[in-house]
Amino acid sequence: MVLLLAVNMVTRAGFSLKQLKMWGIIRQKVAAGGGSPVARIRPVVSNLRNYSSAVKQMMVREALNSALDEEMSADPKVFLMGEEVGEYQGAYKISKGLLEKYGPERVLDTPITEAGFTGIGVGAAYYGLKPVVEFMTFNFSMQAIDHIINSAAKSNYMSSGQISVPIVFRGPNGAAAGVGAQHSHCYAAWYASVPGLKVLSPYSSEDARGLLKAAIRDPDPVVFLENELLYGESFPVSAEVLDSSFCLPIGKAKIEREGKDVTITAFSKIVGLSLKAAEILAKEGISAEVINLRSIRPLDRSTINASVRKTNRLVTVEEGFPQHGVGAEICASVIEESFSYLDAPVERIAGADVPMPYAANLERMAVPQVEDIVRAAKRACYRSVPMAAAA
Amino acid sequence: MALSKLSSPSSLSTNILKPLTNSFLLHRPISTDTTPLTIETSVPFTSHQCEAPSRSVETTPKELLSFFRQMATMRRMEIAADSLYKAKLVRGFCHLYDGQEAVAIGMEAGITKKDSIITAYRDHCTFLGRGGTLLEVFSELMGRKDGCSHGKGGSMHFYKKDSGFYGGHGIVGAQIPLGCGLAFAQKYSKDETVTFALYGDGAANQGQLFEALNIAALWDLPAILVCENNHYGMGTAEWRAAKSPSYYKRGDYVPGLKVDGMDALAVKQACKFAKEHALKNGPMILEMDTYRYHGHSMSDPGSTYRTRDEISGVRQERDPIERIRKLILAHDLATEKELKDIEKEVRKEVDDAIAKAKESPMPEPSELFTNVYVKGYGVEVFGADRKEVRSALP
Repeated sequence: MVLLLAVNMVTRAGFSLKQLKMWGIIRQKVAAGGGSPVARIRPVVSNLRNYSSAVKQMMVREALNSALDEEMSADPKVFLMGEEVGEYQGAYKISKGLLEKYGPERVLDTPITEAGFTGIGVGAAYYGLKPVVEFMTFNFSMQAIDHIINSAAKSNYMSSGQISVPIVFRGPNGAAAGVGAQHSHCYAAWYASVPGLKVLSPYSSEDARGLLKAAIRDPDPVVFLENELLYGESFPVSAEVLDSSFCLPIGKAKIEREGKDVTITAFSKIVGLSLKAAEILAKEGISAEVINLRSIRPLDRSTINASVRKTNRLVTVEEGFPQHGVGAEICASVIEESFSYLDAPVERIAGADVPMPYAANLERMAVPQVEDIVRAAKRACYRSVPMAAAA
Repeated sequence: MALSKLSSPSSLSTNILKPLTNSFLLHRPISTDTTPLTIETSVPFTSHQCEAPSRSVETTPKELLSFFRQMATMRRMEIAADSLYKAKLVRGFCHLYDGQEAVAIGMEAGITKKDSIITAYRDHCTFLGRGGTLLEVFSELMGRKDGCSHGKGGSMHFYKKDSGFYGGHGIVGAQIPLGCGLAFAQKYSKDETVTFALYGDGAANQGQLFEALNIAALWDLPAILVCENNHYGMGTAEWRAAKSPSYYKRGDYVPGLKVDGMDALAVKQACKFAKEHALKNGPMILEMDTYRYHGHSMSDPGSTYRTRDEISGVRQERDPIERIRKLILAHDLATEKELKDIEKEVRKEVDDAIAKAKESPMPEPSELFTNVYVKGYGVEVFGADRKEVRSALP
């Protein structure tokens, strides 16, 4: 207890957990109440405050901010650029405090010229720097998509390994709330189809921290798809997650909830909806296994297939448009590798096949809801009553 | 007529009329002679928002001879590539640079290998100028292992990072923001070096050029944008594509210089000047007034949108190699026979390189799956029939 208080005071004085470890003051694995159930507390801001055994809560935006901060601190080649990332503290406050800490040479406010500044970022990566290029939303990345695909993704291959591109393109992706058709597009399927890119999409704060750190350290171009509506959500984080060396592997999905009757795959915000759906299904006797993809490319086919071989039923859920989407790829993969294990056709829940409407009721219909996931899981389990034909 | 100006008969020193016997007596070993020589450019520079550099260029006999040899090599290489393409040993696209050699050579003379160059798809000679070998060029064109990109890039994707050559880009205009990014990184790393981003008159109207130039000017990046104005964007003459074909002025607030791109010494002077400028004051635009003898690519005869008279006219009046030859002869730096011998050697080098390249094998089938990523994590990758051909990314 005394030690923890001492750690508390010392960390408040500005020393990091890493430094304390270096000085041997605390051992490698600080057991900060990892196993105890989480009490919902108000979100904590930045440095470590150990309440005896309570698990810390961290907002996704804070997780991203701390990941950026730590990676910029660890490697002087990492720099951030995008619209409003500096003086405005970030359009969504993800880069809060970074300009003050690292200066205008490493946190750069750009004009509203995506094609230009994305190309500049890729060129800097050619030279050996490690840019993090922020798109205010990925809808604007379409202005720069030639650079992401032709200048970044393909260069290592075309040059046979001479020109590597250690760049991260990040920003919010997919639907927000009431922002209309041009600001709600999900680009996961677009970028994940391109060999040479890696595409990650975090759900929780642990995902956000671990995957962003992994993305920045990765020597290849990474498209990092965040979600605006998740920025303000808090998740419990263990001390291991808070450590500055924490990193998640790229290409590995996480089983958020184990189950045995049906597999539900999801990424980003939809993981939250899927977990809620799993709760509802549990009450009806259906044990759903929820897989948080984390990595859209490379897709963790082995985890998905292993799960389907266990449950024999699959529901893929995503926010984006259904045609040629992530769910379509997962379905094809499962059919190719685990066909004989399927006891029911694969179910696919996705955004409605229309540009995003503005009216709240229509918008609600255009995006997957918990009921949709529950219904699809029941269908996969042959437990549903067929609806009357829609048309 | 799209040609801007033909050079006036060179305003050389009076040596041009020196009698033959005299020159024989004064003949001295030429290839290593570094006695400084001052030569005037064909025409003065035209400037925009800056003071033009002097017309008098410092050079040496050694440099002039090396210009001759290197340009002759480039010329011979491109003509040989033409034949290889027609023999179907080179596939896809092949964009040839003959006529524009002075830009590549003059630039190299004005900068170092620590400076960076990035260009579009007409990159064979630029690659050679940066230190690439003929074998690497021909092997890559034919898609063989010994190519600079090991056969995986092709004509448009030559790279030589160790001497600051960043490609080789197929998308018109994309190389300009990339070049500004290289300049950003040079400034960030405090390297005191600059980047030359080359583009054509066709690309000069691209929006991303102005986006990148705006940022380069705002952030004082050591970027030099070089418009290789050969007056035709594929088949479209400059006056049909640009409301203002004064490309050196298009930077508006960014200073510019118009240079005779067929005069290697003028190019050298301009690049030296631009480098000094960029390191102190930020970006600059150079417009090289040049010409390509071939069409846009091997599938373009190059004579449907311009007359054969125009092409032969430029060849006669402004050819960059002939200019250097005349200079060398006029200053008695070598005899006609010595220059002819150099050309014969060059021809043989090129032929030997082609023969060697033809023997280079095609890449191994396993190379299909290499270099997709730097770090592949052993992820699965598939061929056309994923049940037949699958591999793990290294």
